[in-house]
Amino acid sequence: MEKRKFDVAIIGAGGAGMRAALQLSTAGYKVAVLSKVFPTRSHTVAAQGGITAALGNVTEDNWLWHMYDTVKGSDYLGDQDAIEYMCRMGPQVVYEMEHFGLPFSRLENGKIYQRPFGGQSRNFGGDQATRTCAAADRTGHAMLHTLYQRNIQAKTHFFVEFLAIDLVRDAEGRVLGVVALDMEKGEPLLIEARATLLATGGAGRIFQASTNAFINTGDGLGMASRAGIPLEDMEFWQFHPTGVMGAGVLISEGVRGEGGYLVNGAGERFMERYAPHARDLAGRDVVARAIAIEIHEGRGCGPHKDHVLLKLDHIGRDEILDKLPGIREIALKFAHVDPLEAPIPVVPTAHYMMGGIPTHYRGQVVVPARTGPEEAVPGLYAIGECACVSVHGANRLGGNSLLDLLVFGQAAAEHIVEFLKENPTSPPIPKEGPDLALARLARWDRREGTERVADVYRDMQGIMQSHCGVFRRAEVLEEGIAKLEEARQRLDRAAIDDHSKVFNTARVEALELENLMEVAFATIRSAAARTESRGAHARDDYPERDDRNWLKHTLAHGDGTIDYKPVRLKPLTVPSFPPKTRTY
Amino acid sequence: MRFSIYRFDPDADASPYMKDYDLALEAGDMMLLDALILIKAQDDSLSLRKSCREGVCGSDAMNINGKNGLACITPLSSLKEPIELRPLPGLPVIRDLVVDMEPFFKQYRSIKPYLINNDPPPETERLQSPQERAELDGLYECILCACCTTSCPSFWWNPDKFVGPAGLLQAWRFIADTRDQATSERLDDLEDPYRLFRCHGIMNCVDACPKGLNPTEAIGKIKGMMVRRTV
Repeated sequence: MEKRKFDVAIIGAGGAGMRAALQLSTAGYKVAVLSKVFPTRSHTVAAQGGITAALGNVTEDNWLWHMYDTVKGSDYLGDQDAIEYMCRMGPQVVYEMEHFGLPFSRLENGKIYQRPFGGQSRNFGGDQATRTCAAADRTGHAMLHTLYQRNIQAKTHFFVEFLAIDLVRDAEGRVLGVVALDMEKGEPLLIEARATLLATGGAGRIFQASTNAFINTGDGLGMASRAGIPLEDMEFWQFHPTGVMGAGVLISEGVRGEGGYLVNGAGERFMERYAPHARDLAGRDVVARAIAIEIHEGRGCGPHKDHVLLKLDHIGRDEILDKLPGIREIALKFAHVDPLEAPIPVVPTAHYMMGGIPTHYRGQVVVPARTGPEEAVPGLYAIGECACVSVHGANRLGGNSLLDLLVFGQAAAEHIVEFLKENPTSPPIPKEGPDLALARLARWDRREGTERVADVYRDMQGIMQSHCGVFRRAEVLEEGIAKLEEARQRLDRAAIDDHSKVFNTARVEALELENLMEVAFATIRSAAARTESRGAHARDDYPERDDRNWLKHTLAHGDGTIDYKPVRLKPLTVPSFPPKTRTY
Repeated sequence: MRFSIYRFDPDADASPYMKDYDLALEAGDMMLLDALILIKAQDDSLSLRKSCREGVCGSDAMNINGKNGLACITPLSSLKEPIELRPLPGLPVIRDLVVDMEPFFKQYRSIKPYLINNDPPPETERLQSPQERAELDGLYECILCACCTTSCPSFWWNPDKFVGPAGLLQAWRFIADTRDQATSERLDDLEDPYRLFRCHGIMNCVDACPKGLNPTEAIGKIKGMMVRRTV
């Protein structure tokens, strides 16, 4: 097997991976970034509405208010040390992206344009804040391209179209690198690295209806789980209130930030009933549930009463063309309506994974061990959507994901620099180190099989959609677990027809489905175990939040067992925000 | 519905061939990519790139009935049967609909696609008026799908020397940015019989761009600036 040696291996070239890569390359380290797609194809490109930071360009602002909103938005499950760090760093990382060249929209005075987003307030729960920095409705695209451009300048080494297969560890549990599949050649490659950083993004493809790209298959989570690392808070999945009915494509919360609102079949602006103060800009979990209830109770729109409408024509032609041009493009193509004239049909759609690989606020992966629930795994880091820091807790606020990428991309890179200084050499890779990865690859060389990958893939998505959606209940979840077990057994019996070495996407999709299966199991098992409702996890049979028993993080192990660890309620430097009833 | 798709696996095939597929479906709301996924479920050996399925990542560019476009935002109802699909022209084929994009990206990298500003950064943002920022509209939205560059005969003949429409659009994106200070170096770099001046303004690029961008106009502005600085 071909071998290469680097100081750092970064897996994933989205916003988080490339922010970290830039920091490390600029500092003179030898960095390999592996990505299964060309960097600007990463899913960060699809982020629309913006990045939240308390710049105060439009209304007076303070990072502490942002912190309060984020803690409240997380339904108090977020770790307050990490949330403080993220909100405090917000303005700095946004200004830095501006200096890097990101083409932010501008206010008349030349400063970065900001728009209101859901769950934002001034003065700890007061009036609506205007905190989300935007490049029209293409902020993720602008950010991802800017980061790729700076990495070209920094001469970062990219391995493009390399699919990471598994981590390489030694007997002491240190992570020494990764085995990847060169998709063009069909050959494995061993990357030896003193530090390995997972930045593989989300896994929204476990659901049938998702805003996520095809590539969001939880590859980093699969690798972590197979390496014995538990996955944190996987029951918390964000259903975005406004996915295009049928197609699932995202319509930014920026539409409601710019003044758009939702109406039901009776033409009623129903969010007024669910969130009298914030209305359409309540937390995403609140708005998604409200839509689901309207539809469920027969107040949906259209002949099947199966969606609601997002009205924005009143915002005005010029504003829409200037601030929401991408949304108009999507509505025309995927909903066949021109939002300048007609409302867009929308439904809640799986969007974002709040859970992930457990880390502390400087990006190091932490697992329960002899010394306590958060012992660092030497040499392993995780950032961005694949990680659970946890800043989003039980529900993420809009605009906080792009912020998460930059802040923790930078923080992890800084910690890696310290780690590299303390570990000038890495231990040798044991002979059997790559075995797990090579066995995974060899498994798909098998020619006999009674099942097809595409069938199992589709069925898994159907199971998750109908058994682990917006509203959940014990019997439905248990039935889902049994069905998913059956699907997993079918995957064991599956084979692919394509055995070419060259750009074999059938093999790639089979390997991706294995990762999704790990994610789906962690999700539905964690959901069945948590007998309360908090943030995005809504149980019909346990409708209340239960802080006495459940103010804790879930840790789902690959073997099916579940563990818990406490929430970090103590911030770094400021007083804690104690849990209270969450209303908007 | 009938599809005729270019197939070539260097591992198995001596030469490329067209393979027919039939799908029993009504075009309805479906995009071409949806149909390709159904075909791939029948024949998993068909290789193609795909990701966002909403026209922002640029993965699934291909030649569709003779014209370059993105499969994910091309409605089936807009296409005549049999729908003929080929890899993007002018780039080496790796397999089936997957081409080697490196010659395209190499040209993109050659224009230094990053903001150059040697002043120490201020504590907050650099200021830019909404009018100045509006100069970047129609430029920064490029998704690097290569539909334009691979529809340009000048690039087909000189892929190693002509920057191509996508790269030149980005060259103008940085020249047009009031925050960038490298205009004259950027112009020097393009003042060359091939890098810029192989563009003869035939506008295939404009026709091919799935995002409605206009590289020819940007190239015209670069040329205009060069003329102005010599007089």
